[in-house]
Amino acid sequence: MTEETIQRILSRYPERCSALLPLMHLYQEAAGHLTEEAIIELAGRLGLTPTHVMEVATFYDMFRLKSGGRCEIWVCHNLSCALLGAEQVIRRLEETLGISAGETTPDGMFTIKRVECLAACGIAPAIQVGPDYYGPVAATDVGELVEQLKRQPAISDQPSSSLLKTDR
Amino acid sequence: MYEKILTNRFEIPGYRGTLEEYEATGGYQAIAKVLKEHTPAGLIELVKRSGLRGRGGAGFPTGVKWGFVPKGSELPKYLVCNADESEPGTFKDRELIMRDPHQLIEGIMLAGFAIGCQTAYIYIRGEFVAGARILEQAIQDATARGLLGKDILGSSFSLDLHAHRGAGAYICGEETALLESLEGKRGLPRLKPPFPATAGLYRKPTVVNNVETLSNIPHIVMRGAEWFSSIGTPKSTGTRIFGVSGHVRRPGIYECPIDVPMRELIFEHAGGMREGRRLKAVIPGGSSVPVLTERHLDTRMDFESLATAGSMAGSGGVIVIAEGTCMVRVGEVVSRFYHHESCGQCTQCREGTAWLHKTLRRIEEGRGRTADLDLLLDICDNMKGKTICPLSDAAAMPIESYLKYFRDEFEQHVAEHACPFGARVGV
Repeated sequence: MTEETIQRILSRYPERCSALLPLMHLYQEAAGHLTEEAIIELAGRLGLTPTHVMEVATFYDMFRLKSGGRCEIWVCHNLSCALLGAEQVIRRLEETLGISAGETTPDGMFTIKRVECLAACGIAPAIQVGPDYYGPVAATDVGELVEQLKRQPAISDQPSSSLLKTDR
Repeated sequence: MYEKILTNRFEIPGYRGTLEEYEATGGYQAIAKVLKEHTPAGLIELVKRSGLRGRGGAGFPTGVKWGFVPKGSELPKYLVCNADESEPGTFKDRELIMRDPHQLIEGIMLAGFAIGCQTAYIYIRGEFVAGARILEQAIQDATARGLLGKDILGSSFSLDLHAHRGAGAYICGEETALLESLEGKRGLPRLKPPFPATAGLYRKPTVVNNVETLSNIPHIVMRGAEWFSSIGTPKSTGTRIFGVSGHVRRPGIYECPIDVPMRELIFEHAGGMREGRRLKAVIPGGSSVPVLTERHLDTRMDFESLATAGSMAGSGGVIVIAEGTCMVRVGEVVSRFYHHESCGQCTQCREGTAWLHKTLRRIEEGRGRTADLDLLLDICDNMKGKTICPLSDAAAMPIESYLKYFRDEFEQHVAEHACPFGARVGV
């Protein structure tokens, strides 16, 4: 995170406050979660109160105030995914990693997160890890997927999903 | 097979949607043509005559919406592309962004010219990290080519475009919540009026259009309003990208004339039901719309036909449900979503969505009471039309429809103190 990046984001908006979400993403990516210092600094930069920044941080699903696993596995459990076995996938993930959805493995590697619609219903049941989408994921694919994620713990820069299938 | 309009480039072998590929297939000719031949008022008139209606959910006529922006005002005007696709069952905008970003950018340029704006934003859902990167690259390429920025193609038209990521809140797909979010606040919908056309982003005149809606504009410019309105019905024109998911053989997106029969969409395009399954129900326009059943299969997918059948065209997300699926459980999943996504501003929605979900879960788990069925309908009745935005209606309408067509299943749950389907929704 450089000052140049921050200034570039600020330059996109006629009113500074609009840069809040983009800057929160940036600060969170840098530290893994939104730290208290980040919230105070952001408020100062944008002329907002820390309370306003906290309100925003807790309103949106993607911001986190505590650190989670290095690799967050988002499993969609909404209708199209549920119809095709998302719950079985979640159960298998929980068994494989030895944690419940919402928890982080003791080594800090994985967090399982249930999420509402990933807008990937065409590859349901769908999983998202960083920018990558996986689907359709069967419960029997879970072991291999976890192994694959272990080999590349850092969130990749480009979509590279080997399980991703196109829709036609 | 029909002619595809928005997805025709997807069929070109090796097409990745780069600026060069887009231009080589006729891209950016529409903006050149408009800058040479049209006035903003003329372009608005053309889009009005085409009959194009918004593809995000409400189906409002696009040209009419553009026409609401005050002319001659000194205030800056804004165009915001709504790419916050998060309605369960809907996954079409993702494809348009990933596979042909310049088609969208050209649509934004044209809309920006029509309403006289100089700054436009694409509000893309936060989870679409890859989509946002593709858009940023495409915007950078278009700017380098002089297609965005100052004095575009030697004209006096200037437009800056920025991709802006949301952060995971379905409500931000509602246009006024989206504007609040873009202003760096919680995405709480605003009371209307004033409408965004007069007081939108930063309280300045603003148009919010969906990705698919905007992607249509270059084609309307190149081929004319009459060509566009010859597809579909007099009130629903053009094609539509339907996302078909659930218990079908080939889930995916299918671009068809907007009035394609539901039966054809499911049984021909999406390959019909999965092996050995029979169709039980269809949600034709995203999780917020009323469900239909097998006897509605000959309904066409246009706005009026689906309304006549008692449902809505919504966002074009078609969820197909096979026999053996528990509709109480479907209701529980759908109501959990709206409970999770309610912004909490209006009591009827905040409390109603929670109450609906709790009651449905209780019935599904075999702890329901006979009175719960009427209770559900009573809660729905108290949620509809009584809130600032339509999320409350979106939560209530599907549940009412599940009770309308599948009341016996709800009664069976109560009578047997258990789910007759073994408490599972999946295959």
